[in-house]
Amino acid sequence: MANVCRLRLDVLKPHKPNAYDFALALSELDHTWRVLLEVLEIDQSTESICLEVTGSHIDYEKIQAKINELGASVHSIDAVEASGISSIK
Amino acid sequence: MLKGLISLIRLSQSQSIIRRYFVVNGFDGALTMFGLILGFMLSADVHIPSVINVCLGAAIALAVSGVSSAYVSERAERKLVLRQLEDAMLADLSDSSHARAAAFVPIVVALVNGLAPLVISIFIMTPLWLNDAGFLWVSAPLWSSLCIAGLLLFVLGVLLSGVAGIPWYLSGLKTLAIGFSTALLIYFFVGPN
Repeated sequence: MANVCRLRLDVLKPHKPNAYDFALALSELDHTWRVLLEVLEIDQSTESICLEVTGSHIDYEKIQAKINELGASVHSIDAVEASGISSIK
Repeated sequence: MLKGLISLIRLSQSQSIIRRYFVVNGFDGALTMFGLILGFMLSADVHIPSVINVCLGAAIALAVSGVSSAYVSERAERKLVLRQLEDAMLADLSDSSHARAAAFVPIVVALVNGLAPLVISIFIMTPLWLNDAGFLWVSAPLWSSLCIAGLLLFVLGVLLSGVAGIPWYLSGLKTLAIGFSTALLIYFFVGPN
């Protein structure tokens, strides 16, 4: 089973929750993941952010569901780092 | 559950609206009771059970009015905000925390708006109930209720002092002065019988 260890997403989110709360909510999905959030552009009601998650066995579906729950949407998957060998047997 | 509710209130930035509704309608409750009791004090024959019925009726009406009006207006406002956000996001947000906030926050706001005058009125009416129940040490129930109403007006002013950034005693005295002005108006128009 492939192990995704880095994922970079282009996300459009409302102003609320703010970047801090947004990153915190995503980092709570798995305590072994590290979340880096960068605000790229601010519009009247929305923000474009770059979201990078690093760690082990990153679950894209789980992250996308949380992003949608927070009222945001994934625009594109910009980078993925994966290895073919599972680290856990 | 409480944590979830707090996060929805934070998400919808409703803290200030809830605080405002609490003070505005709480003030309505306190001042209504203040006016009713003063009106009874200026009347010739005062029958405490009648005072209780009139005050309780007014308190219940204020509560129902507070709950229904706040719910209807807040629900409409929240739906509009959600629709505008959906337009900006070009997405359906019905499964998001924003939609949950749009559904639950109006209920919280309505309850605060309705319960504030009811709870404050119940506090003010306590000496009346005690006197009616036979606790005769409450010898001047109307005066006691009036003093509690004045005290609660002061407390509501104190609660606002943090928001307005003015000293607590000044803010409390301001709301108390409104109570005194009301008393003067009532005395002027009703007069002693």
